[in-house]
Amino acid sequence: MSTTTGDKSQRISMLKVLNPFHIWALGVGIVLVGEFMGWNFSVAKGGAYGSLIACWVIGLLYTCVAMIDSEVTSTVAAAGGQYTQAKHIIGPLMAFNVGLYLVMAYTMLEAADALIVGDLMKSAAETFGHANLDTKPFVVLTIAFLAWLNYRGVFTTLTLNFVITFVAFIAILVLFLAVEPANPGAVLKHKELLTDLPYGWIGVVASLQFGMWYYLGIEGTCQAAEEVRSAGRAIPLGTMGGMMTLLVAASLTWYICAGLMPWQYLGQAVTPLYDAGTLVGSTKLQLLLFVATAFAAIASANGCINDASRAWFSLGRDRYMPVFFGAIHPKYRTPYRSIIFLVPIAVSFAFTGLLDQVITFSILSGLLGYTFMSINVVKFRKMWPLGSIHRGYIHPFHPIPAITLLILCSATYFATFLGYGNSLLSILAFYILASIWFSVRRYKFVKRADQFTMPWPRPKGY
Amino acid sequence: MTKQYEPPKQSWFGQIFDSLFVLALVYLSLMLPLLFKTKEAASAAAGAAAEVVKPTWESLQLSPVVQEQWEKLGYDAEKAAALINTRFDYTIDPTWLAITAVVLIGYFVFMLKVSDKEYREVIAEKFGK
Repeated sequence: MSTTTGDKSQRISMLKVLNPFHIWALGVGIVLVGEFMGWNFSVAKGGAYGSLIACWVIGLLYTCVAMIDSEVTSTVAAAGGQYTQAKHIIGPLMAFNVGLYLVMAYTMLEAADALIVGDLMKSAAETFGHANLDTKPFVVLTIAFLAWLNYRGVFTTLTLNFVITFVAFIAILVLFLAVEPANPGAVLKHKELLTDLPYGWIGVVASLQFGMWYYLGIEGTCQAAEEVRSAGRAIPLGTMGGMMTLLVAASLTWYICAGLMPWQYLGQAVTPLYDAGTLVGSTKLQLLLFVATAFAAIASANGCINDASRAWFSLGRDRYMPVFFGAIHPKYRTPYRSIIFLVPIAVSFAFTGLLDQVITFSILSGLLGYTFMSINVVKFRKMWPLGSIHRGYIHPFHPIPAITLLILCSATYFATFLGYGNSLLSILAFYILASIWFSVRRYKFVKRADQFTMPWPRPKGY
Repeated sequence: MTKQYEPPKQSWFGQIFDSLFVLALVYLSLMLPLLFKTKEAASAAAGAAAEVVKPTWESLQLSPVVQEQWEKLGYDAEKAAALINTRFDYTIDPTWLAITAVVLIGYFVFMLKVSDKEYREVIAEKFGK
């Protein structure tokens, strides 16, 4: 699909250079940091077994997301991913909201990732006797460097992501082998450390909120739909392959950490996998986990910049946000104005000092997006039944994945209510006000017929 | 074919204003929960002040293996007790739950209704009435 450079009419398209490995690197790269930190807050909410149940239940939620997304994205292959899907299937206001979910979820996650890199540098400096290192320059440097990489081209950006994500994943496998899983009791102490559910089943439900960290962001693979050589092949392969990788990584991470740390410690640890490496007592392993944690955070920030900028670019291209942002670099073929615009915003999110609030905003924006997907796929099948248009991939058992997704999203909203009820209402207030603002002010700048660009027949019922 | 809607051209000032407006809304919603957190923190501090007994490994009643893992992590009994004794309160306020559910469902219903109206305009222009 081609596009224009902002308000000029010169047609420039993004480069189609990506393959399934890049898609895997984009999806897993964004998410894998969640295995190195974040997932363990679910242990605090519901105990170690509660976290494991959350890992599998939320794994089912994301499997539904990956199945649904693979079908719709392989059919609506354009930058913006779910935003473009909403535009073609539900309508402009929904699309505007979905675009905002994507930008907010990824930009805020990027800010949290950069903070992690800064904190890791501080820990490393302390180890070498330099206490009180200022983390701010590292946060800015991380975001600025990755934005520059994204500005220069998507191929190099995601090739780098593939390499560092692969290293981080291998580090988890190495740690798993190092804790002697075949010899229970030698290193891992599951028998002594695992307890009953400390809060009962309500704690298990509460842990669903942070269980999302195991997989949050895998749906970002769809943002690259316009830049892959074959959307029908690369998106399903990369996304489903990514989900399998994450299910393995999440299960191994839980098994290692739950067998090494008391659940009360694990539930509040900043870097649980690194702590696990430290407890094993090998300096080499400790160093590997340190590098892997940094790589995972960098890969995540890198993927987030890629996805947030594509979503913001798409909003600009369609005039949902100022058209200035809908520009592609004439040489590098990247949405350069969106990439640059989001740099100071990500930095400002990182420096608000409201990390838990920023993370909750990111998780909830993702959750709102998944709720949209369950409605979207039902409408998609109804408006264009199988056989009426070409689909790159058809997901099985429809509408069971859509119904399952909606039920699991509802349970996760309830989990968020239990822990962050005020934040949930505050974030909903933001999206409601933004929606009213769009309807009253922005919609008049939108070219109606331009919102439907797919070569499909008229939808049934319209 | 339906007559094409021609949108107005937005000025540079309008474009900058709109971008900043959305950002201002984001920052506002990030700050809003802090108002509630200040009150919660004050009541939590009052509760913590009541507990002044110094814990020991014996009083925590941990198995030797669990105690060893705490010590490997660099924790003494007092520091470990602070984490062990922290409990979440999952009491549900039915009124707040109902308000949250209404807001969430209302948001999606509003969005789907308005989107449908706008979508019909898009389809009418694209395919004709």
